[in-house]
Amino acid sequence: MKPALFQYVAPESLDAAITELAGDEGARPLAGGQSLIPTLNFRLAAPSKLVDLRKIEALRGIRVEGNVIRVGAMTRHRELELDEAAHRANPLIRDVLGNVAHIIVRNRGTIGGSLAHADASAELPCLLVATGGSVVARGPKGERTIAAEDFFHFHLTTALEQGEVLTEVRIPTLAPGTGYAFLEVARRHGDYALAGVCALVMVGSGGACTVARLAACGIAPKATRLIDAEKALVGVRADGSFEIAAQAARRYVTTGDDRNASTAFRQDLVATLVKRTVATAFSRVAR
Amino acid sequence: MSRRIRPSDTVASADPKVRVSLTVNGEQVTRDVSPRLLLSDFLRHELGLTGTHVGCEHGVCGCCTVIIDGRAGRSCLAFAVQADGADIRTIESVAKPDGTLHPVQQAFRECHALQCGYCTPGFVMAIVNYLEEDPTPDLSEDAIREALSGNLCRCTGYKNIVAAFRRSVELMRGAGG
Repeated sequence: MKPALFQYVAPESLDAAITELAGDEGARPLAGGQSLIPTLNFRLAAPSKLVDLRKIEALRGIRVEGNVIRVGAMTRHRELELDEAAHRANPLIRDVLGNVAHIIVRNRGTIGGSLAHADASAELPCLLVATGGSVVARGPKGERTIAAEDFFHFHLTTALEQGEVLTEVRIPTLAPGTGYAFLEVARRHGDYALAGVCALVMVGSGGACTVARLAACGIAPKATRLIDAEKALVGVRADGSFEIAAQAARRYVTTGDDRNASTAFRQDLVATLVKRTVATAFSRVAR
Repeated sequence: MSRRIRPSDTVASADPKVRVSLTVNGEQVTRDVSPRLLLSDFLRHELGLTGTHVGCEHGVCGCCTVIIDGRAGRSCLAFAVQADGADIRTIESVAKPDGTLHPVQQAFRECHALQCGYCTPGFVMAIVNYLEEDPTPDLSEDAIREALSGNLCRCTGYKNIVAAFRRSVELMRGAGG
């Protein structure tokens, strides 16, 4: 199918883009288009106007500053995936991005676009929630920073208001020695996850876990922190059992039975993925 | 079948038009297009470059893969208006003007990596671009399958396409001396 007619503008400044978006309730920003254009092609969405952000230089670039990686919203997935400074600062990013669709889609898809789209099964929201990152948005009322856990409201729904543009994504660097892992199970390689888990593990001098951060995608209407599982890991050693944490993760599954998986199957998946990601994270703890 | 861009023959449409200027296979083109015209349809219908195939129109099959500013992309997931100022390469640019096949095309021929051929332009563009980015890629089965994973072949000739990927690298090394 072909998209319904829309007006198209490609402003060169962020302020002009915000004005275009704020002045028309039916207007939507166009970033990499890898999620938006399929919905337009199928006429699942029919915005009155697309505001293409591709000419806005201020939305590009990757900078590691102190303990945060600042990623311009229009940075392509593939650019961040291949960025060596970002990889050194947080190697989890490359692991996660390798699971986002395929290289050819990552060549055009953008970091800001994926997060603003906020698919409940998508990997990047899971990364941002697990690492405690945030996004910066600018709109007619000015600029604000929104923590990842406050940004995602529901499947395809975020805290962004009409006229607001996601301008920057802030991904914390990993503290030295932090173990990390991301794993997902999908029907087909490169597809959205039936379930995916990000795990971060910090270990004290005695070898026991002092801090764990876990988040999952695909199991609820938004990327979800597995707080009870995190708590269950504190004090656990690499050679210990992750079973209590795995079982604690099951209760976060709220996605009902669908054609891809039952709720019970997703519970099994998240429990298994917690065990596997935590084991991998422990194995990567640098001492 | 011509590999040349056809002179202006704008598709009839009542939509308001936006002017786009871009480079396609080294040739400068300027056309007035509807904002909703997909890049894939622009290449096929406006320019007559029908080597770019259209499969699923939602980014899954990879048939419409072209190279946009040096990086492979889905032409069905871009609008022609987004390509204003861009440099696009399509399958028509891959063989030499005298018909000599590109090493990737030659490898597909030698390895019988196509049956119906519908997916072939997308696979070839994806591999051409992959090998431009990394001329000495990991040739393990897993790495090649990962590299090819964004393209679907419904004849399921994947084994031969994997073989053609390896052969492409051999042929390109040979060509480089």
